[in-house]
Amino acid sequence: MTVTIYVPRDAAALALGAEKVANAITQEIAARGLDAKVVRNGSRGMFWLEPLVEVRTEHERIAYGPVKAGDVKGLFDAGFLEGGQHALHLGPTHDIPFLRQQTRLTFSRCGVTDPLSLDDYRHYQGLKGLENAIAMTQAQIVAQVTDSGLRGRGGAGFPTGIKWKTVMDAAASQKYIVCNADEGDSATFADRMIMEGDPFVLIEGMIIAGIATGATKGYVYTRSEYPHAIATMTEAVKIARAAGILGPSVMGSVHAFDMEIRSGAGAYVCGEETSLLNSLEGKRGIVRAKPPLPALQGFLGRPTVVNNVISLASVPVIMDRGAAFYRDFGMGRSRGTIPIQIAGNVKYGGLYETAFGLSLGEIVDHIGGGTATGRPVKAVQVGGPLGAYFPRALFDTPFDYEAFAARDGLIGHAGITVFDDSADMLKQARFAMEFCAIESCGKCTPCRIGSTRGVETADKIAQGIEPEKNKALLADLCNTMKFGSLCALGGFTPYPVMSAMNHFPEDFEPAPVVEAAE
Amino acid sequence: MNMRISAGEFTERSLQIIRDLKHLEGPMLPILHAIQAEFGYVPDEVKPVIASELNLSRAEVHGVVTFYHEFRDHPAGRHVLKLCRAEACQSMGSDRIADRARQLLGIDFHQTTLDGAVTLEPVYCLGLCACAPAAMLDGEVYGRVDEHCLSEIVAEARR
Repeated sequence: MTVTIYVPRDAAALALGAEKVANAITQEIAARGLDAKVVRNGSRGMFWLEPLVEVRTEHERIAYGPVKAGDVKGLFDAGFLEGGQHALHLGPTHDIPFLRQQTRLTFSRCGVTDPLSLDDYRHYQGLKGLENAIAMTQAQIVAQVTDSGLRGRGGAGFPTGIKWKTVMDAAASQKYIVCNADEGDSATFADRMIMEGDPFVLIEGMIIAGIATGATKGYVYTRSEYPHAIATMTEAVKIARAAGILGPSVMGSVHAFDMEIRSGAGAYVCGEETSLLNSLEGKRGIVRAKPPLPALQGFLGRPTVVNNVISLASVPVIMDRGAAFYRDFGMGRSRGTIPIQIAGNVKYGGLYETAFGLSLGEIVDHIGGGTATGRPVKAVQVGGPLGAYFPRALFDTPFDYEAFAARDGLIGHAGITVFDDSADMLKQARFAMEFCAIESCGKCTPCRIGSTRGVETADKIAQGIEPEKNKALLADLCNTMKFGSLCALGGFTPYPVMSAMNHFPEDFEPAPVVEAAE
Repeated sequence: MNMRISAGEFTERSLQIIRDLKHLEGPMLPILHAIQAEFGYVPDEVKPVIASELNLSRAEVHGVVTFYHEFRDHPAGRHVLKLCRAEACQSMGSDRIADRARQLLGIDFHQTTLDGAVTLEPVYCLGLCACAPAAMLDGEVYGRVDEHCLSEIVAEARR
């Protein structure tokens, strides 16, 4: 029997040397004349173990990691094709605690399958949701998504079903599904992992959205910084088209749906949905005033669903297992699961999909294992560059949209950046303003001018120039930006700034004057 | 080299690209990406060609090109080294790596070494945040970049 060896093709695994490992394994198989093949899977999301190599034995998959190209010979000598013992032996993959404790619904296939194998996709419950959707009416599909409690995973948390209903009810000759894959927040990589590790689930989700709303054309707008995701998605669309899953008759049904992959050009603000639509149309990525809602006048002025990758990729499992199954996970008004991305200065960094409701402390200390440097955790930023910095005192906050909002924070796209005690929070506050200044689209004054004034004011505080007056000025500026900006870029930049200032006031005190050494 | 391309040739080669893509809905960004892939940057000479083919003004085309960080108005070095400057990488010491890169290359961000080998650029997130600090040399990605790894990347780029 041919033994299958899995070596991830995920960009993070490649960044840690997976390509060299795969080549070394292929060479070793040939040199030893073994009956084995290498499959390039997605990542399981345990990046401290990448490159994570798996061997499928008769009963289960055995993991080894982190594997370097230089380890490969030794692995073969240790009989790793039979799951043999070795210093890098981690046991059965599904028994690794980080993985075992997760609830993988959206990411159930990611890291398990060959991302471009439709056979693998079908074998692991793929297309079941779409088959069910084809047998239902538009209203029934929308009702199922609404009942599941699914909310926009891009960060805004708007109920997905309600957005779909608006588009379904809109009369137009052409409607669109636009997938927002412009994942620009630092600490987030869930969209990238899905696109590289299980692209068909996103395609399936978009087709279901199309059938539900009467849209026949879809676009995935992703980032030029994600060349691997673009390549995998493009290839997956071709395969789906050839298999009749995309095209004039989706899986032999009366529904038509096709899609294209489009790349942005390095503008963070294009993750904002109206700016994204302008960019997709070929304009400057300037934010549009709402109303009109994109659901009524979106891409090219036509009714458009704009959903995040993870929202759309969660739809197939909802259509397969039912609204109640999905809704039973979670807490309060945050239903289902959320792929938490634990990043930055953390020991066990990676993607952890779980029901809403874990406390921030459990995520950072227990799952993440504290800092990579071994120093105490000082702060964690939740929700990317527009998210608040949380001190240890707020680690009891449950992972839930409303609970974070109640503490002047946000979940955003569920990325968490851990900082150790060497972090300077005034510097982080300044960076938030600087980033906003670099990425502002320029349409509204509070964001365009406010961000630059924010950088200058932070610099004055750092230099000890009238610190009390300038701290008050910075708070006032944040207030103006928060309530006066057109979109979340200017409107949410105050979150990291104000949280840094409120929770870490000691970092905003003037530095003691040091006499210059002569 | 690019300098030897005549205005006529710019027009001819870009016309072909534009005509292949103009049937798309919202063809501007795909065209600009293809132009940059062809010439290494978006030459001024091409803007009026795009404008006329897409029935836009030159100002509109110029406005789009200059909005996006990715599009260049002059050729880059033979290699482009992008270092992530965002928060997750900051938490793992990317500022030190950035300083070291500036030192090793003798240039600042947005500049190209005198020998034309390397252009250094900041990037705000490569999605490699759980193996920070991250870098990208041309299309190749690197995680957990330390000083040793950085000097290897720079040596590779300089070769």
